Amino acid sequence: MSFSWTRVGAILQKELRDYRRNRFVIYTMSFLPLIFIAAPMIQLFTIKVSITSAKLDSRIGISLLYMLIIPVIIPSVLSAYSVAGEREQGTLEPVLTTPIHSDEFLIGKALAALLPTLAVAYVIFGIFLGAVGLFAHPAVASSIFERNHLLVQLLFTPLVAGWSIWAGIAISTRVSDVRAAQQLAVIASLPPVVIVALMNFNVITPSLGLALGLAGALLLIDGMAWRFVAAMFDRERLVTGRR
Amino acid sequence: MTGTVETGLARPSSADTPALVVEHLTKRFGDRVAFEDVSFEVGYGEVFGFLGPNGAGKTTTVRALGTLIAPTSGGAAVAGIPLSPDNGPAIRQRISIMPESPGLYLRLTVAENLECFAKLYELSDARTRIERALRSVNLADRANDLCRALSKGLRQRVALARALLSDPAVLFLDEPTSGLDPVATREVHDLIMALKDRGVTIFLTTHRLEEAERLCHRVAILNTTLLLIGRPDELREELFTRSLEVRTRASLDDPGRVFGGLAVVERWERKLSGSYELTVADPDTAAPAVARALVSEGVDILSIAEARHSLEDVYLELVDEDVEAKKP
Repeated sequence: MSFSWTRVGAILQKELRDYRRNRFVIYTMSFLPLIFIAAPMIQLFTIKVSITSAKLDSRIGISLLYMLIIPVIIPSVLSAYSVAGEREQGTLEPVLTTPIHSDEFLIGKALAALLPTLAVAYVIFGIFLGAVGLFAHPAVASSIFERNHLLVQLLFTPLVAGWSIWAGIAISTRVSDVRAAQQLAVIASLPPVVIVALMNFNVITPSLGLALGLAGALLLIDGMAWRFVAAMFDRERLVTGRR
Repeated sequence: MTGTVETGLARPSSADTPALVVEHLTKRFGDRVAFEDVSFEVGYGEVFGFLGPNGAGKTTTVRALGTLIAPTSGGAAVAGIPLSPDNGPAIRQRISIMPESPGLYLRLTVAENLECFAKLYELSDARTRIERALRSVNLADRANDLCRALSKGLRQRVALARALLSDPAVLFLDEPTSGLDPVATREVHDLIMALKDRGVTIFLTTHRLEEAERLCHRVAILNTTLLLIGRPDELREELFTRSLEVRTRASLDDPGRVFGGLAVVERWERKLSGSYELTVADPDTAAPAVARALVSEGVDILSIAEARHSLEDVYLELVDEDVEAKKP
């Protein structure tokens, strides 16, 4: 039996329907971004005209870093719940008794975490840019709208989300307690942010080539993480809790 | 509840091939044996009861046959397909398993739950099948209710509808009435009876013996190893001698003289005051002879009836024997 996008779609649709009616998910997706948009705006709008170039870079770096925490935190919380949550509710076994392949299940779960994350992250980033364009000092705005900054944000949002998702699902397949899985997933999702932070703080001089190179490397790591999670997805262990 | 089940018949891949063939199947978790050397066959259209105490290995057997866990040794063919890791998706396409816990998505409606599973089975006529499955369990009017709003009994019916969606060649029901009240239990029984009438092959695990006796063509009793297999009446005959229960208004002064003199009575035993159990070869011929003997003695007879051993008696006899045998 070959790979079926219908089955992937079934998992995706089910997850999205479940999110819509899950107060915890709605709070995570609405309140967290509000926090992460408020803090950078305060950072930028309180910049004085006399600020040094180094401090400006630092403030902008911090602000943009906040934007990238959204695609790290949201999917890590969602994906950590994806398997452990189903197991806790007793819904995992019925799904695993259907013809679904492990890859179909995992991709369905990953897309269900990725799509809302991208939507929220890009919308929040758009609001952030709009607010900066309208209300920030022109020097700050022009620095934010610098091509490399935008590229880093747009390119790395799905890539850091991808890492968070696979780290979250990997933990979710091994940890039976949902809260423990979510805490571990948040910690495990942070490493890629370090690279982006170094670029945002101009420690690594961001350039198109460097950004694309790092993005390629992160894409490769995401792909390897997917295969790793698929390899460790063990129905017997998930159903019986042992092997 | 009418129990009118509208579902496709189980379709054998070959009329001569059993729906399930299990040969020396064993599963161990480390040193612990879940079940060992289990062999049996189940025919298409048969309702097969799998009985055993808690921890006997019933659910693990279902999970092994459903390709959720890998057996340690032995083999099986499920719906005509050899049990192997590669054949997992193909086997799961042809069977349905209803686990002990319904496992519904509680924030989704009944119809949304079924829609998800219809897609997982890649059913082309999903809408029709969902409607049919819901009608089968008399829940057509609850399609848009959130599952969390349903009672435990209704959730169990939704889980059964979900299991029926794909018209499985073999339907595994794992303790389908566990935790249900008597009314909900009766409803689930009626549904299973309706499926039985339609010729659906059902593998039913339970420790409710009256359930197995009522619903199953054959039963197997498992306590890590398979203790016995057969029709409930065959098992009774195999384990218990046939006997008559005789009740009289007053105790007999000398029962040995009355019963001992009858050729049809092999052995007799006083149970309570005015109550006797007679071991006989054929209750139908023995009962009139016993009645004549008692009347000739001037005894007032309250009743003479064949002693009926329930499946519970069979089960307790076997499981008790097994526990004794396993004692160090």
